Amino acid sequence: MLVNEVINAKDLPVMEFDGIIVGGGGAGMRASLQLAESGLNTAVISKVFPTRSHTVSAQGGITCAIQSDDPDDDWRWHMFDTVKGSDYIGDQEAIEYMCSEGPKAVFELEHMGLPFSRTEEGRIYQRPFGGQSKDYGKGGQATRTCAAADRTGHSLLHTLYQANLKAGTNFLNEWFAVDMVLNTDGAVVGVIAFKIETGEIYYIKSKATVLATGGAGRIYASTTNALINSGDGIGMALRAGMPVQDIEMWQFHPTGIHGAGTLVTEGCRGEGGYLLNKDGERFMERYAPNAKDLASRDVVARSMALEILEGRGCGPNADHIFLRLDHLGPEVVHKRLPGITELSKTFAGVDPAVQPIPVVPTCHYMMGGIPTNINGQVITIQEGQDKVVEGLYAAGEVACVSVHGGNRLGGNSLLDLVVFGRAAGIYIEESMKQGVELKNASHEDIDKALERLNKLNASSEGEQVSALKERMQQNMQNNFGVFRTKDLMEKGIDDLSQVRDEVENMHLKDKSATFNTARIEALEMQNLFEVAEATAVTANSRKESRGAHSRDDYPDRDDENWLKHSIYFSENKEVSKRDVNYRPKTVQAFQPMVRSY
Amino acid sequence: MSQAIPVAQLKSVTMSIYRYDPSLDEKPYMQDIVIEVPTDKDIMVLDALHLAKNQEPSLSYRRSCREGVCGSDGMNINGKNGLACVTPLSEALKRNKLTLRPMPGLPVVRDLIVDMKQFYDQLEKVKPYLITKSENPETERTQSPEEREELDGLYECILCGCCSTSCPSFWWNPDKFLGPAALLQSWRFIADSRDEATEERLDALEDSFSLYRCHGIMNCVSVCPKGLNPTEAISNIRNKLIAREK
Repeated sequence: MLVNEVINAKDLPVMEFDGIIVGGGGAGMRASLQLAESGLNTAVISKVFPTRSHTVSAQGGITCAIQSDDPDDDWRWHMFDTVKGSDYIGDQEAIEYMCSEGPKAVFELEHMGLPFSRTEEGRIYQRPFGGQSKDYGKGGQATRTCAAADRTGHSLLHTLYQANLKAGTNFLNEWFAVDMVLNTDGAVVGVIAFKIETGEIYYIKSKATVLATGGAGRIYASTTNALINSGDGIGMALRAGMPVQDIEMWQFHPTGIHGAGTLVTEGCRGEGGYLLNKDGERFMERYAPNAKDLASRDVVARSMALEILEGRGCGPNADHIFLRLDHLGPEVVHKRLPGITELSKTFAGVDPAVQPIPVVPTCHYMMGGIPTNINGQVITIQEGQDKVVEGLYAAGEVACVSVHGGNRLGGNSLLDLVVFGRAAGIYIEESMKQGVELKNASHEDIDKALERLNKLNASSEGEQVSALKERMQQNMQNNFGVFRTKDLMEKGIDDLSQVRDEVENMHLKDKSATFNTARIEALEMQNLFEVAEATAVTANSRKESRGAHSRDDYPDRDDENWLKHSIYFSENKEVSKRDVNYRPKTVQAFQPMVRSY
Repeated sequence: MSQAIPVAQLKSVTMSIYRYDPSLDEKPYMQDIVIEVPTDKDIMVLDALHLAKNQEPSLSYRRSCREGVCGSDGMNINGKNGLACVTPLSEALKRNKLTLRPMPGLPVVRDLIVDMKQFYDQLEKVKPYLITKSENPETERTQSPEEREELDGLYECILCGCCSTSCPSFWWNPDKFLGPAALLQSWRFIADSRDEATEERLDALEDSFSLYRCHGIMNCVSVCPKGLNPTEAISNIRNKLIAREK
């Protein structure tokens, strides 16, 4: 059966696995490795060949207290920094788990062959990153981010792919997952997916489905994210009636290359680089007297945006900031930062060993996502209570476990994806041993998951994808950026609701079944739209400023009313609150404090 | 932050693009698509392709990171393999014309998309993963900075396929000659002080095709978008093989 036919459940071929993982990035391949090594029949469904996943673009490193640079380093200090960085809405049980399990997960990567940079003692090289401290914020800057030059994500992703080859994981490469199949109990029992090359479509049945589809930075016009980051898992979850959590929290990375949006790692500042305004002033000394250029990302991004708004930006249009590295000398720049040297030359025409790099805050990371517990099990909310969705897991950027809360620390995303990809794998392995019984999906259940595709195939008129995408991206960029205000957000929400109908009724002109990228882009656009609307509505609902969410009309953090997760369902577009976890297992919870750097 | 974008001067560029959808077309053809590009700034070939796709949504090509690290958009750009996303249009243009074809030597799936199966199969043959026999320590395996430096110029490979599909030896024997990308990976593990399978890796390359079909043509070196040198990796393996015979 082909993707361009009228597809019905009755004639749809079925493939069956113990566990399937949707997404072949770091989280997905860490989960699949765990499952494949345990002997379960596992498949990774990835819309690109796995090493093309966006994890490949991570540069600076993976933050973890492995005690290489500092033998006295402590995972509890890392936990403190992460809680503070999250602006106190990160779940402390999850952060505790990530920081304490982290060293094990990092050493495993090294054993798989990850080519970390090394110290003179032969240990893994670590560099300072933003928001890091020793001794619970009292001991000055820590040096905690494990690095493979400035290509850590590339090294990590290729290493995980290699390890999966060794373990014999089944890869369904260049397969696109359309929607999840739910049985009458509301449990997830697989996905509808098609092989992009030929258009052959299947119901892929599974007892455990892991969403590891990554982020959705492409809702914004300017982003460091890959073109494939379209929030496919978020779209699938919202359409299936599940919620997203803290989706208003979008990280703007301080240093995207001006104009191109490509990332320049925080490791540049970790290695000693700093930011300058048009007067040549190291302005971060004013905003964050202690941490300076290594304050948290939300703090640095806002400071830069203010400098530009107040007329102290660089360049003829005063619209960017300079990142200076030349004082480090060519030796450090070329040895520690070879990747960004290449990117700066290609996309800004400057050699950072000689000239400063023009940078602006650029959409980078989705802190929010599908709520899960520390086993990766997806949580929904019923009558105000948490409830596990049977058969469904999520890990990595698509998930909100939540270790990043309102603001993620640099180097914590790679740690998040290996720790929780691994945790989901371990939990699934255990539960399979106990035995998992899920009711089969009926034809009706499966047909529901085919609706979107059939509608697109039947389209004979309507808007083109490219026009709708541009309209949405400009809207998000202008109305839901670094600084947010009620009027603009309401205008943005209004525009999105006008577009929704057109997005649901887009015209797919090219109906070919063979490697049809127009069909993929249309399906991705619908996913992006779900993320954009969830972001917009939730941002307007959170009436305070916290982490990356900064409002002119509510400039302060409001712990009394908003020391909470936001929860959004697309069905009624309503936002509710969920308690933040302040119950770590082995340490005292860190209570909210004034957050200064 | 929004800002007014000044109205840019535009110029026309003709893109001549290889088109083929086996479900619709009897045979491949070249299609001319005229796009308007700004005169005051350079764009990348991938940006030009996006402009062309806005006019012709059926035009198909792979792309992901758009910054030269994922290796999706390898293609033949005015006769030379490269990544569309890091090739400036100004450098690629010849007499204001840009000709794009799929990477040569592999079956075409559609338009600029080739079937990479042979390429990946060859990669898998070299066992591209660390093989250790001794027990893993509790922390990391140590490696000196000098030992780690041996991996520079090797681990950065992005598997785009530009090298292998520009190699005449690979065109002739894509099933028997492993090709520059796979051999670079082979050397990446032989060169790794932590790997404990050098002898078996070398054994697997002893036949007359796997490695020895490299004739030092060096197309791989001239096209590699990451500036890597597969020919050197191949000659390093060759030297190891020869040294072992003595």
